[in-house]
Amino acid sequence: MKPDVLIIGGGLMGFSVALQLVKRGTRCKVLDKDSAGRHASGVNAGGLRQLNRHPAEIPISVAAADMWHNIESLVDSDCDTRFPGQIRVAENAEDMQLLEGRAAMVRGLGFEHEEIIDRDELYRLVPALAPHCKGALICRNDGYGRPFHALDAFRRKALSLGVEYHASVRADAIEHNGNEWCVSSEKGEFRAPVLVNCAGAWAARVAAALGESVPLKPGAPMLMITERLPRFIEPVIGAASRKLSFKQMQNGTLLIGGAHMAELDFEHQTTDMDWAKLALSARTVMALFPQLENVRIVRTWAGIEAFMPDNLPVIGRSSRSPYAYHAFGFSAHGFQLSPVVGKIISQLILDERTEFPIEPFNIQRFCKR
Amino acid sequence: MLKRLDDNPEKTVTVTIEGQPVEVPAGETVAAAVLASGIGYTRTTPVSGSPRAPFCLMGVCYECLMIIDGQPNQRACKEYVAEGMTIERQHGTGVLQT
Amino acid sequence: MKDHYSLVIVGAGPAGLAAAVNAAHHGLDVALLDEQPAPGGQIYRAIESIPAERSSLLGAEYQRGSELVSVLRDSSIEYYPDTQVWSLNRKLEIGLVCSNTAAMITANQILLANGAMERPLPFPGWTLPGVMNAGAGQILFKAHGIVPADGVVLAGSGPLLLLLAWQYLHAGVKIKAILDLTPVHNHLRALPYLPRALLAGHYLMKGMAYKKELKRAGISTLHNISELRASGREQLESISFRQNGRQHVLETELLLTHFGVIPHTQLSRAAGCRHDWDSSQQCWRPQLDEWGNSSIDGILIAGDGGGIGGARTAEHAGRLAALEALHQLAKIDQRQRDRLGRKDRKWMREDLHVRPFLEAFFHIPGKLLRVPDDGTIVCRCEEVTAGEIRMAVANGHSDSNQVKFQTRCGMGPCQGRQCADVVENIIAATGGDSIARGGHYRGRPPVTPLTLGQLASLYPEEKE
Repeated sequence: MKPDVLIIGGGLMGFSVALQLVKRGTRCKVLDKDSAGRHASGVNAGGLRQLNRHPAEIPISVAAADMWHNIESLVDSDCDTRFPGQIRVAENAEDMQLLEGRAAMVRGLGFEHEEIIDRDELYRLVPALAPHCKGALICRNDGYGRPFHALDAFRRKALSLGVEYHASVRADAIEHNGNEWCVSSEKGEFRAPVLVNCAGAWAARVAAALGESVPLKPGAPMLMITERLPRFIEPVIGAASRKLSFKQMQNGTLLIGGAHMAELDFEHQTTDMDWAKLALSARTVMALFPQLENVRIVRTWAGIEAFMPDNLPVIGRSSRSPYAYHAFGFSAHGFQLSPVVGKIISQLILDERTEFPIEPFNIQRFCKR
Repeated sequence: MLKRLDDNPEKTVTVTIEGQPVEVPAGETVAAAVLASGIGYTRTTPVSGSPRAPFCLMGVCYECLMIIDGQPNQRACKEYVAEGMTIERQHGTGVLQT
Repeated sequence: MKDHYSLVIVGAGPAGLAAAVNAAHHGLDVALLDEQPAPGGQIYRAIESIPAERSSLLGAEYQRGSELVSVLRDSSIEYYPDTQVWSLNRKLEIGLVCSNTAAMITANQILLANGAMERPLPFPGWTLPGVMNAGAGQILFKAHGIVPADGVVLAGSGPLLLLLAWQYLHAGVKIKAILDLTPVHNHLRALPYLPRALLAGHYLMKGMAYKKELKRAGISTLHNISELRASGREQLESISFRQNGRQHVLETELLLTHFGVIPHTQLSRAAGCRHDWDSSQQCWRPQLDEWGNSSIDGILIAGDGGGIGGARTAEHAGRLAALEALHQLAKIDQRQRDRLGRKDRKWMREDLHVRPFLEAFFHIPGKLLRVPDDGTIVCRCEEVTAGEIRMAVANGHSDSNQVKFQTRCGMGPCQGRQCADVVENIIAATGGDSIARGGHYRGRPPVTPLTLGQLASLYPEEKE
């Protein structure tokens, strides 16, 4: 049967959009050039973080947090989520000042989720932390999930409700013939009146086919993971003036990220680790947790993700067509936003309006005529 | 289960295996010394706690992880015995050094 | 250690040793890195330190290693034992840990000579203490003079099983039984390759001689065995198996199994070299040309790590790869390379005559490879069973990496060395696909342990 909506990209965003649409009786097809969650969706760090978001993202991030806390009601799985809080530590007085300023700004916007904690409270929550820290900014109901499990739960729920999924379908051409979109691929043509671009790092190609040029830059943030360790830390740790994201996963392994980029061969979809940058990450970890010196790294990897120059996503209707929508460019912090993005796009398609403030994510900020 | 063909090695060292001092030939891997000592399992798994012992002895299978001189997750087949070395079974994830 | 060499060789077994000596002979600056404390690889392990008596028990093929090693010792080659290579990339950067210190070096040419590993083949109970690879038994014997005390059962398929039995026999070890899991119909499969194998007939003769001697000593080999199972609580207590429709149980504390050897491709994968499925050898092997060039410029591969050919072939391939490195570095021209390599190419061809026959004769049946029993553990590290893998496939994950993400199969410390091929076999069998389509786990360095402290010591000049 011909679908109402074609979604390009079988990542978390694509399936989240499909799920919200199918729940409201809309027929969807998801097209994927590889396999579900093959890139950023399946291999990201899994952070569920409202903490330290760009002000424009705060409202949707807070709404997403609510959805994650009830994720089982949406996808029949808890996606292996935990909510021990996310913490941004201050290592000196300057850091502390920075974080206090941040907390005041967020309060000024009318949000209460970010809170300053003093040294005592920090060490009560993270006794394993090196002793030099001064305090921290915390969001107590933040946490993390397991990305591939989340992707799989969204995918399975969407499929169970009737969403069609096609792997290994690369969109060679995208055309609008006046009535509907036609996506041609080696595996045939796919048609629908509405198109959604959830193509992640490849979204600029889809946008270009709609006549929209966006300054998307593919990147591959590196992650490393250690052997399993006895549980010694609960919250997710970041630092005010260092690149770090550090958490002990459900199984005891330590996941270390820091938004350092691998060398990416975008055409061949391969990455080479930048060991100089990973060495820096290791030094950051050891500055905060010197007891980890002899812990072994088991794997490193980098998923391919879309970065925008302002690090804000593109969410909303196409500037060229009333029948095309975008949700891409999450710049390595889209995992947490994924449930709400599905809601936003489905509302735009079915209600022609959304309850969420999405003006800052308009594609027109890049497509000025 | 296993035995040494040569009962009188030229040079020996004394190591502690699970708290017991044992004299072993110098130049043996920890895995060999432990297998010859007959202690049975050398670790339990972090997932189910089931007992395991060295399997490949060439650094491939990571089955022989033990706590050597207090350091967990050492491949016993890649480490060599030394005078005064302490060798312990690793239970699950082992210990975190502080 | 310098931070750059013309040629870096990884692995000091027959291929690496022969290559290093040949390259150094032509004046190249060579670094030979090896994870063991002494040269020889697994095949000639402990060749310099083994007591004469034990060495003679191991046979003439083993003793051949001492000449290779002594040439190394007399050469100008920079040899680094106790050195683990944890990373390699297409820029020819080599991450290593030498005596617990991490370093990053580069080379104009890199030769991987990291050999083979035993084919992991899960069966019920294979994780019990008391079950080991036959190769492990041989290493204990070679390197440490440690042998089974109260008897041993040998089971599986492949020449190593026979060789180990023969070595044990001479060392006075009690062999309770040899269980041959090779299906009888493999004889037919192998027959067409027999005439060519006879061109390298000494291998066959040796095998026959071993068999005869074992038989004369009263050691029974049970053929056409299936449904091997190991049982015990904390330790192996007994094994069971089926022969000609009848179930048998044997009490034993020690079971050594062997199902052939496969190339150890962890490093070539991490570097991004292309690999092909070899349906005769039933394993992945890096794409190589006749001189050992991989799909990445500057990375050569020789010896069993490039496809199973045995120790002699590894030596020839090592020497040939060294010539190719010399040619690439413009130390010799193409004609010199071809001339200097002529004999090794001829000998290698002759030595390989026996392979197709052996591969057919010891072909592992598909049923064994795809682990029929749902309850059998496939991933020893994360304890993922064949049933869980089949469940993931049923849920729509038809690629090894997806199965890995979903089940954690292959995410433990061994990084999938033990389960990768098995997962592919299970996926292939479930989907009715060829094994190549399910893909292989993507290489994820570090391929050997690297601590946070060791990594932190690298690139001290790099700042936030």
